[in-house]
Order: sequence, then C-alpha cells, then structure tokens
Amino acid sequence: MITFTNKGIYCKQGDFYIDPWRPVNLAVTTHGHADHVKWGNKAYLCHELSKPILQHRLGELNIQTLPYHKEININGVKLSLYPAGHVIGSAQIRLEYKGEICVISGDYKVEYDGVSTAFEPVKCHTFVSESTFGLPIYKWQPQEDIFNQIRNWISSNRDKNQTTVLVAYSLGKAQRLMAGLAGYGDIYVHSSIANLNDVFSKAGVILPYTIPITAETSKEILQKGIVIVPPVMAEGKWIKSLTHAATGICSGWMQVRAGRRWQSADAGFALSDHADWPGLLSAIKATGAEKVFVTHGYSAIFSKYLNEIGIEAEEVKTQYGDEEEEENIELNKD
Amino acid sequence: MKRFSQLIQQLEMSNKTNDKMLALVDYFNEADDMDKPYVIAMFTGKRPKRPVSTALIRQWAIELSNVPEWLFAECYHNVGDLSETIALILPPASSISNRKLHEWVDDLALLNDKDEAFKKQFITKAWDSLETSERFIFNKLISGNFRIGVSNKILVNALAKQSDTESSKIMHSIMGKWLPSEINYGDLIKGTHVNTDNSWPYPFCLAYALEVAPSSLGETQEWQAEWKWDGIRGQIVKRNGELFIWSRGEELVTEQFPELHFLLQELEDGTVLDGEILSIKDGKVQAFSILQQRLNRKTIHKNQLNDAPIGFYTYDLLEYKGRDMREEPLSNRRQSLETVILNLKTNQVVMLSPIVPFNQWDELAKLRERSRDLNSEGIMLKKLDSLYHSGRKRGDWWKWKINPYTVDTVMIYAQKGSGRRANFYTDYTFAVRDGDQLITIAKAYSGLTDKEIKEVNAFVLKNAIEKFGPVRTVKPELVFEIAFEGIAESKRHKAGLALRFPRIARWRKDKNADEINTLDDLRQLLQATLLPPV
Repeated sequence: MITFTNKGIYCKQGDFYIDPWRPVNLAVTTHGHADHVKWGNKAYLCHELSKPILQHRLGELNIQTLPYHKEININGVKLSLYPAGHVIGSAQIRLEYKGEICVISGDYKVEYDGVSTAFEPVKCHTFVSESTFGLPIYKWQPQEDIFNQIRNWISSNRDKNQTTVLVAYSLGKAQRLMAGLAGYGDIYVHSSIANLNDVFSKAGVILPYTIPITAETSKEILQKGIVIVPPVMAEGKWIKSLTHAATGICSGWMQVRAGRRWQSADAGFALSDHADWPGLLSAIKATGAEKVFVTHGYSAIFSKYLNEIGIEAEEVKTQYGDEEEEENIELNKD
Repeated sequence: MKRFSQLIQQLEMSNKTNDKMLALVDYFNEADDMDKPYVIAMFTGKRPKRPVSTALIRQWAIELSNVPEWLFAECYHNVGDLSETIALILPPASSISNRKLHEWVDDLALLNDKDEAFKKQFITKAWDSLETSERFIFNKLISGNFRIGVSNKILVNALAKQSDTESSKIMHSIMGKWLPSEINYGDLIKGTHVNTDNSWPYPFCLAYALEVAPSSLGETQEWQAEWKWDGIRGQIVKRNGELFIWSRGEELVTEQFPELHFLLQELEDGTVLDGEILSIKDGKVQAFSILQQRLNRKTIHKNQLNDAPIGFYTYDLLEYKGRDMREEPLSNRRQSLETVILNLKTNQVVMLSPIVPFNQWDELAKLRERSRDLNSEGIMLKKLDSLYHSGRKRGDWWKWKINPYTVDTVMIYAQKGSGRRANFYTDYTFAVRDGDQLITIAKAYSGLTDKEIKEVNAFVLKNAIEKFGPVRTVKPELVFEIAFEGIAESKRHKAGLALRFPRIARWRKDKNADEINTLDDLRQLLQATLLPPV
C-alpha cells in the first residue's frame, strides 16, 4: 500500500504522500517539525492542532484537518489519525485498503508528557517506525526523575545567583518544560517559543503562564526566574549578557557523555520527545505488525535487531531526522 | 560515591579551567574526608592493580543486558567508552547503595585474590545497586583509567586554594610516595611525608613567536642564537641534598627520568637549571615522537630506556650557589652555566645547548633551514643583556620557528563548533587515501576565514550522508592542506600514526579528492623522521 519514493512515503491507491520532502498534490502531515513538513505542497491534511503550527510556520496554506480517530476516505483508502505522543498535534497515520492496514508513525514517544495527547498503539500489518534512539543505551529515566533533576539544578543555580537558561526546541520540548516547571518560578520564553504558545492558546490549548522576553525584560528579573530558549540561541551573545547564566540542554542526546561534552553547556538533561529503546520495541510489538519499515535514526542497526528477534524489518532512507534545522529556519524568519 | 559522581559530571561539562578548579574546590570542601586521598590518587594516576580483566567485564555486561554481542559492539562504537557503554546498557538497578568511594576502592582491591565466580558475583551485584552515573564511576574504578581532563596542575591549584597552601608545596606532596589507605587528607596537604622546603621552582621565562624579519631586531652582536628544541621544557632543582625535575606545566616529573638522577650527586646544592628534556641517543637529539614514549609513564620498560634515552640540553641558570641569578644578564648567566656543566663528571647526558654562531641575519636564516636535520624546530633568539623574566615578555626572547609539514587531505566528517560558531559546521575530520579507502588522519578546528566556514557549512548541509549524533559524514570532495608539527606512530589511531598540532593551512579549491596524499606518503615521512639526525 505504501512505497518509498524520492519525494517521500507514497500511497499509490490513495494518491497522496505522507511527510513528503518535495512538493506534491496532497501531503498528509504527521506533525509540525520542519523535517516532516515542507512548504510548496498543493494541499495538506493534518490533525486539528497541527494546522495552526503549519500556518504559523509556512503561512496560509490549503489545509484540511481531522481529529484523532475519525476516519475519512481518499480514493478508496480509509485514513485516520492516532496520537503519536511526540508533540502537540502529532499523529500516526493509519491507512486501510481492502482490509490491509498500514500505520506511519512519524516521530513518537510512548511516555505521556503531560502536554501532547498520549501515544496509542494501533494494530496493523505494516508499521513505519522512526529509530532516532534505536540503541539499547538509550533508556530514559521516568520524566518525573528528570524534572526533579532540573528542579534541583534550578535551586542550586539560584543559590549561586546564576540565571537558569534551559535550551529546548520551541515546538514540543519548550511546552513540556513549561508544564513540568510550572510553580517553580516565573518562566520567561524566547519570542519563537512565545509565538508558538500564542498559536496554541488561540487553538484552545491550555498552557502554563509564561512571559515573553523582550528588549525591556531586565536581567535581574530573569535571574530570579527560569529562561527557556531554542537551540539556536544557546551560544549566542544574548546568553552571555545575562547575569551568570547557567545553561542546561534538554535532549535525548544528553544521555551520553560525548553528547554532553560536545555542547558547551553547564548541564545536560536526557529529556526526549522520541521513544527510547524499550519504547520503540514495546510500540512495535503492540502493533502486531508483520512488516516494519525503519526510518531515520539508527535504522540499519535497529532493523537488523528486529529481524533477529523475529520481526521482519527493513531499513528505509528518508530525509527526516534533523529537527535542529527547524530552529535555523525560524531565526531567519524573525 | 554520589558526590564524586556529581564532581565528575561537573568536570566533564565544563571546558573552562577555572570552572573545573572551582568544582574541585567545592568537592574538597564537601566530600567525605576518607574519600579525598583516593580521589587525589586517582586523578594523579596512582592506579591500583586491576582486579578483573576488560574481557570478563564486557562478557558479564552482555549477559546481564541480554543483547547480542554485535549490538553491544555497535553501542560501544557509538558511546566510545566501555565503562559508559556498560553503565548505560545494563538494566536499571533494583536497589540503590549508599557506599562511599573509598569503600568501593578498598573492596575492589580485595577482589584480586578471589576466584572468578566471586568476582562476578561482586561486580554484578554492585552494578545492580548503582544508578547509571555511579555505575560509570564504578567501572572506571575497576579499570583505573580515569581520563577526564583534570591535569595535575588544575588539581594542585584547587587543593592549594581549598587549603590555602602554596601550590608548589602541594605538587611536591602529592607527587611523593603515599597510599590513600594510609594517609589522611590533612597530612597529605601539609606534606608531612615529604620535605616541601627544598623543591620550589621559579616561573619559566617564555618567548614570543617572531613574526617579522629578524633583521628588524637590530644588531646581530646583541643577540644569542640557539636551536629551538622540540622536547619538554624542564627545570632541574638541586637543594639540600634533594633533586627535583619540574616540567613547564609545573608538574613534578623527577621519577620519569632516571637518567638525570646522577645530578643528585654531581650538582652542587643551590643550583637550578633551565633547559629542554629530550631523547638524546649517541649524542644526537631524536624526534619528539621518540621522546613521547617516555612521557607520563609510571614504569619504564628496559627497551624504552634503550630506544629513548633521556638527555637534557640546558640553556639557562636560575640559581647558582644558592643565589637567585635571574636579575643577571643572559651573558653572565651563560658563563656560570658553562662552569656548572664543565664540572659534571658524567658526560653526554646533561649538556649545554649549543650557541649557534652567526654574523649576518641572512646567514642565520640559512642555518635555520637546516633545523629539521637536527630535530630542532627552528631558532631561539635571546638578547645577550636580557634578564630572566617571569612568564612572557615581548622583546627579549623570540622563537623563530621553521615552517610546518603539510599534507593534502579530504574532509569526511563535520561537526558543529562552539561559541559564536555553534550554528556552523566548523570542526572537521580529514582523511588521506589508503588504496581505495579513505582513512582518518586528523581533526582540526581552525584555520579558515568566516567566509570559508560559511561556504564549507553550506557544503556540509547539502552533502551530509549520515548522522551520528552531532557528527555528519559528508561526501569526500573538499580538499584541505593540513599543517602539522610532527608525526608519530600511534596504536590508538586507525591510520597507525598521529599528527602533532594539526590545523588547516588552506582550502585547496584547485585540487580534487583523487589528488590528495596517501597513507604511504605519511608513513614515509614518519620513517624519515625516525632516522638518526645527520
């Protein structure tokens, strides 16, 4: 039912693409990160909460939306969306044609993050999985443990009169931090995050109270609060201008020392919006899929392992997996 | 062990010397007193005997984590550190132990005469009682191989600050003979096991690089020229019947160089020599790569004594008959130095660094071209009336180095930089050709203009092939000329050799990837540097 083309994942019977990286007529979109949705498609189909993100990032588009679980029919293919738990509005795409079911998961995580709709496993014959953290060294600690570490770190920064600066993607990680740190101090956010928060508020998503940082925001106020900025700001002059800034990066790559050392930050927290090794395995097993296609990440290793444990799997080359570029695009826009 | 694990994380996160130092000061203010001597021992490379082999540790970790061998190997490849791979791959601990660092170290030492089953039980049980970050520390305690970027110097400065003691005294004290299980922190800091009154060194006088024509320095007869040696700057202190050798990093390295210990008998008390520690065989200076075999070793193999015998070329005298000579002009210091060296009974080990005679700057320039034949890096120019300054002072001492070696390579990996270049791919890995393969030969971070960096960045974004965490593999297309100071054999590098101080000399847009140098070219260069000097 699906093929992997040089434009993206293609459903021939329905004549549409999922997360294409080159312009097509209909782009079914899993979520709003820049490596999964490009400008220039004639029409888009995505979850209701992804629509405002797409509009915010790419401008006015021809977008059709769906809530989770509602089925529509495109050229005889039944299509529905299921929560992927990755970021707000992220969806797995379920396709059904003549009894054959295929699920394209996009990016996903199985732990509920308190902000995005919780991941739901979907039974299928064919499953397309990411593998960003597809190595058994990636086993996340429970979110609450990581948040406790972040909270302790914030307290110790305050004891030392340091300004806490957390580095997180503006779509997803930032909202997750806001939720996890609400009540631990005033949260100040960079404009790229503030703009997205506005978008969510208008769409009816209730987020904790945050204060956008402007040129007038005083350094003393920031020192007492919690500052959240996107990665592109992490090493800029602005952070250096703060009073004794202590920067903490929140990313799954922080699990490994080499990942932490490579960043010139003061702390690293392994908080990820992607499934860890046990998460990937449990999600795949829960689908009951006969065939798994493994996309971006440790795709070769992960598919080899799946085959060894008796799950037929195949590695697929895609152009997903660079959420970082997203932030650069945003900066250019500002 | 939690406090220590926290210290390690702080040390690893920071690349600023001062932050590391402060983290150490905090640690020594807060840690368990019993733990402190163990930490000092560990950071200064005092290693206990390894109780269990790497192979066994690895095997047990694979069993417990229930992954196939190949997958473990992939993880190891990605993490780059066996202790860490094991810490991450094991299932979560079922309970958390609060044992202290010194208790773990002592228990590990006791494992040495136990059988394999006992060892396995102890270690697997320990793994199951430690959280990931502590497990990593525990694995490092087993291997005893803790490389975390804390030099003796940083450690000593931290201890000096924490205890308000002079740093040279602490350096002497911790480099002395002691066992962490038999000394308490206070005594170690006071240096009760050694006499720290005799060892103190003078700050080294340093030279600036000469970036203009030497003729602009004025009259030739005001200057003394010497060869610039490519070794370890050293200061030899003989006072009150004790001998100390300090390196430029103000580390005490006396034990590493037994060839120089005869000076204890032959130098008068109250003598301090400045010079270069080199490998000198049959009166000839050997390449730095040969000297390297002798550096930072706890034990010295007989072969190493044979292949890389140590000598000392001295060029200055800082203390003579107990008197500080630094306010005397160089010409006077040199005269007294010559007397000191003439009075040595042992010949051919500690020698005067020869003065290079010349009348015209052109003449000296020609001599400089021959530097490499002598395994020298160029010429040192010192004003005859110069005093011995503390540190660097412009004008009196100059180093006039020869041009570096170069090799044409192709870029194969790129990684984003830090600081103001954090959003650009600025850190590159370069390869040379080996048959139809490309083989990594150097990493370099600097040497391009901002404009070139942007161009390379655009290339990387367009031509990235694979992603390994922050690293991108790129199409091998861009050719760079890499400059370097030396070449050495290296078992740790896949190419079997390592370049010293590699950096980008220029981007060779005029060349394409099939015109780069080969591994054979570099092997030949290596062999040439290993030949005895002419």
